[in-house]
Amino acid sequence: MSTDGVDNSKRRFLTAATAAVGAVGAGFVAVPFLKSWNPSAKALAAGAPVEVDISKLQPGQLLRVLWRKKPVWIVYRTEQNLKDLEGLADQLEDPNSEVPQQPDYIKGTNRSLKDKYLVAEGLCTHLGCSPTYRPEAGAADLGGDDWKGGFFCPCHGSKFDLSGRVYAGVPAPTNLIVPPYTYVSDTTLVIGIDEGAA
Amino acid sequence: MSMLEKTLGWVDDRFPLTKLWKEHLSEYYAPKNFNFWYFFGSLALMMLVMQILTGIWLTMSYKPDAETAFASVEFIMRDVEWGWLIRYLHSTGASAFFIVVYLHMYRGIIYGSYKQPRELIWLFGMFIYLALMAEAFMGYLLPWGQMSFWGAQVIVNLFGAVPFVGEELAIWIRGDFVVGDATLNRFFALHVVALPIVLLGLVVAHIIALHEVGSNNPDGVEIKKNKGADGIPVDGIPFHPYYSVKDIVGVIVFLFFFCAIVFFAPELGGWFLEKDNFVPANPLQTPEHIVPLWYFTPFYAILRAIPPMFSSQFPGVIAMGMAIVVLFLLPWLDRSSVKSVRYRGAIYKIALAIFVISFVALGWLGTQPATPTYTNYARVFTGLYFMFFILMPWFTKIDKTKPVPERVTSK
Repeated sequence: MSTDGVDNSKRRFLTAATAAVGAVGAGFVAVPFLKSWNPSAKALAAGAPVEVDISKLQPGQLLRVLWRKKPVWIVYRTEQNLKDLEGLADQLEDPNSEVPQQPDYIKGTNRSLKDKYLVAEGLCTHLGCSPTYRPEAGAADLGGDDWKGGFFCPCHGSKFDLSGRVYAGVPAPTNLIVPPYTYVSDTTLVIGIDEGAA
Repeated sequence: MSMLEKTLGWVDDRFPLTKLWKEHLSEYYAPKNFNFWYFFGSLALMMLVMQILTGIWLTMSYKPDAETAFASVEFIMRDVEWGWLIRYLHSTGASAFFIVVYLHMYRGIIYGSYKQPRELIWLFGMFIYLALMAEAFMGYLLPWGQMSFWGAQVIVNLFGAVPFVGEELAIWIRGDFVVGDATLNRFFALHVVALPIVLLGLVVAHIIALHEVGSNNPDGVEIKKNKGADGIPVDGIPFHPYYSVKDIVGVIVFLFFFCAIVFFAPELGGWFLEKDNFVPANPLQTPEHIVPLWYFTPFYAILRAIPPMFSSQFPGVIAMGMAIVVLFLLPWLDRSSVKSVRYRGAIYKIALAIFVISFVALGWLGTQPATPTYTNYARVFTGLYFMFFILMPWFTKIDKTKPVPERVTSK
């Protein structure tokens, strides 16, 4: 084949243009493959709000429900528990819940709509294990007298108080997540809907 | 000309069968001084074949569905003829594969097999190791036991620690808000189709690169520098039959121990199969003490050793990733003029010993609960682990090396 009079710069331009168009095309083709990994319509529908009846919950008890397949805890805290929560601030990483791990309407040491009922996602903010409920104050393996009850993550040793606030110096960086929830009656709450939205 | 020769000739005119046989086996000249450590390359290849074979058979009865996965594994164990054996070969095989691969990597480190001109062999090998870890992690989800579920939950959440996009990334990987049916199904697809293809491709690249430059040896002498009149390295012997036969001995001894575990202690006291994994996955309840299998524990200990910073556990994830990345960089961190540990000085030997102790200690700490004392130990050994790599350009340079002989030795 004769190569006389070949315009090499034109060839280079055409090669580069073909490669560029091809790369853009490959990018578009990748979209359906990547998007197919997102939660399916079925999984999203399963994330609908759940209604929970807490009329049978006794003081000190913990109720586990599933919302978006995640464990959500509802804990009936005693008067003593609520009093203990006041005095823990200096041991906690974020006692005033400044990191946005909860809806705007969740404030204060109790981190709840109604003082006695804590609602929180039961997944450690470290790497997503489900911490164990350890309500007994003074548990020897959790720091003895300093322990006023709370949650202990068996995976990496993170500790949370009964408001789901994380202790300082443990692997978990933030407080437990409080999901959006609202009360539809005195003893019925809906998880997944913001307060005032229902 | 016999019928067989004629057929071979017919094939060779159309496909380089004889040429391949000669290049890679009968006329591939390997150094004559290979020792014990050189068994593990061929053993790793055998383990890959065993895992693929038993894996294909397992898929014939396994169901990748969150509702039925756990029961289908028990079905394989109890109702499928010889199903228990195929499953135990596969589960024990996973741990055995890692034992062999760790020893193979250690061989590469002590004899400097990663050094110029074998950098790409090392890199392909490291990618094999990475693919193998992904393969093992995804395979461990499939029995859908408690450890499967919570192990996957923790590892996928590592991606959730990435700043800004983490949460979306974790949901994208899982295909749901927590590990669920979608996760199981896609991990199954990756475990049985995608990653094995990647692994096979990488193994081929690893071997082609090896046969291009030739094998290293315990003396770290380049045998190609000293060729006879026939153009064959004077210290080389054909891989087949010499090393193919030697490797068969290694295979037999290895299978002796392997079968002893498969038949008498397939769970190996919780080291190869954890007891919590005989409980079906329960998204509401994390087991009391959750640990990955032993081959991940050194990196798991590093992850736990790093405290959160700026309200994020990302630093720990970075440290764990870096622990693997530094291994990739080994060919460029080592500035020594000799390859083999035999001709290196005291400084390197001490550093290597500290590295090995740190790796093993981290591996043990990773299996233990995260008490403050153990966490402090883990921090010390994490520091030592990284020091080996960070200081390597310095200590390999100042280390007093011994003269390397012209020819390989036979001690």
